[in-house]
Amino acid sequence: MRITNRVVPGAAAARDQPDGEQVPVAEYGSPLRVAALADLPAGEALRVTAVSPPVAVFRTEDGEVLAIDDTCTHQDASLADGWLEGCEVECPLHASRFDLRTGRVDAPPAKVGVRTHGVTVEDGVIWLHPSTAPPNLPPGLRP
Amino acid sequence: MGEVPRSVLVVGASLAGYSTARALRAHGYDGAITVVGEEAERPYDRPPLSKTYLTGRIGDADLSLEPEGERLGVEWLLGTRAVGLDVATRTVTLDDGRELGGDAVVLATGGQPHRLPGTADGLGGVHGLRSLADARALREDLRPGARLVVVGAGFVGAETACSARQLGLEVTVIEAAPAPLAASLGVELGLAVASVHQRHGVRLELGVPVAGLTGSDRVTGVELLDGTVVPADVVVVGIGSRPAVDWLAGSGLDLTGGVVASSTGAVAPGIWAVGDCSAWYDRARSGAHRTEHWTDAFERPAVVARSMLGLPPGALRAPYFWSEQYGIMIQFAGRYTGGEHVVVEAGSAETGDLLATYRRSGPGGREQVVAVLGMDQPRLFTRARRSLPGLDVAPDHEDQPA
Repeated sequence: MRITNRVVPGAAAARDQPDGEQVPVAEYGSPLRVAALADLPAGEALRVTAVSPPVAVFRTEDGEVLAIDDTCTHQDASLADGWLEGCEVECPLHASRFDLRTGRVDAPPAKVGVRTHGVTVEDGVIWLHPSTAPPNLPPGLRP
Repeated sequence: MGEVPRSVLVVGASLAGYSTARALRAHGYDGAITVVGEEAERPYDRPPLSKTYLTGRIGDADLSLEPEGERLGVEWLLGTRAVGLDVATRTVTLDDGRELGGDAVVLATGGQPHRLPGTADGLGGVHGLRSLADARALREDLRPGARLVVVGAGFVGAETACSARQLGLEVTVIEAAPAPLAASLGVELGLAVASVHQRHGVRLELGVPVAGLTGSDRVTGVELLDGTVVPADVVVVGIGSRPAVDWLAGSGLDLTGGVVASSTGAVAPGIWAVGDCSAWYDRARSGAHRTEHWTDAFERPAVVARSMLGLPPGALRAPYFWSEQYGIMIQFAGRYTGGEHVVVEAGSAETGDLLATYRRSGPGGREQVVAVLGMDQPRLFTRARRSLPGLDVAPDHEDQPA
């Protein structure tokens, strides 16, 4: 497959990282077709349930397509339903905001970030490259 | 305000106090911050106390508000109660006699639950639910098969009833108002929530005032105004809370309905108030209004921090709160003041997927959406919430105290 857009590296294992820059070591599984780019308008999100745990794919107002884990790390809630502003999404239930590029969380009640996933757009189709790092699931959903 | 304070003293170590310290640091403040907390605990999250913590689904560590490794550079004085404030010198007296000062003092002492009038102290099996200690004590008493009577069908009462059902107790909820959450949601949608409780086997007594409790060492029942006694092994009193401002009596501050503050939380020179203990000026209501929601205790400290540092105060969104009952996420944003007209936009309460808007006639007779309620409709709810008008945050209203 010819990747026309860069794979957004993000921090594949974007876990608790108080400060200290973490060098992202992005490892991705086999790509998955998400949708036609035309079917994801700017400011909207899609929930990809073909992977577990599910992934949320966002198209920002600037047109960038980015993917993070869909499940908030605080409580079982779908971030694809959240409040997207710029490059951040706020959990639809509470106030935690996740950076779509790094997976980092800026505010309680969530205390750890989510994984980011690779995204490419090829010939008008969005492809997801799921992270192979372990996810940060909320209490109650942890294995 | 004048210059940036060299030291900030925050009284209250729960969400509002902690968020104030966090917001100050986030805006680059590098002066001294001291946080005084009455409870011995580090800052923790209260909403789960009546839900997943009560049912044992999450534990103590999950309640912490602080991310691991966070270094705020704050001096914590926990297990220490503030007992007085001298407004002119911004000096706080603690229960051990110590006096602390700060260039700025933030009052964030929260709320305290109302007690059932006329009930004796120390009657076993009677609980309030506000603190972690309260939740631990209640958890001990919630044994499967026991009879729980919840007095009050507000958030604490409704959520406790739901958790107790999950734990296998027999539950009766007694509410003086005609519907649960009537003050927050209105009677119409409060009754919709009531139907969810009834479907889950909770006995609901609405419009029934409580006369008192029966029992000598341990509670045996709840007596209603008509003389009926509802037998109980455990009683939870959830009849609302009042601002925890007794310690400020005699300070000269206006404590009508909470520490009265401007729309940025300013109380007096160098003194601020935020969270459940405060009543900020709300232009839409033309007066001071106490908002006891988690989100406000979380977002308003940023307004206080920015104002204190001489930065533009920023914006505040419409008030927002949530509740979870029987696996249904109930979300509400905006202001319900009574008299709004409710429109069902999607789903229904019966199917647990309701989205409803509250409308009021605006200028020119046009209807304005002023609030929205969702039941398990996070996406539609968020969309509707975004379209609600925010709060005016302007430090120079004439009718503000500071």
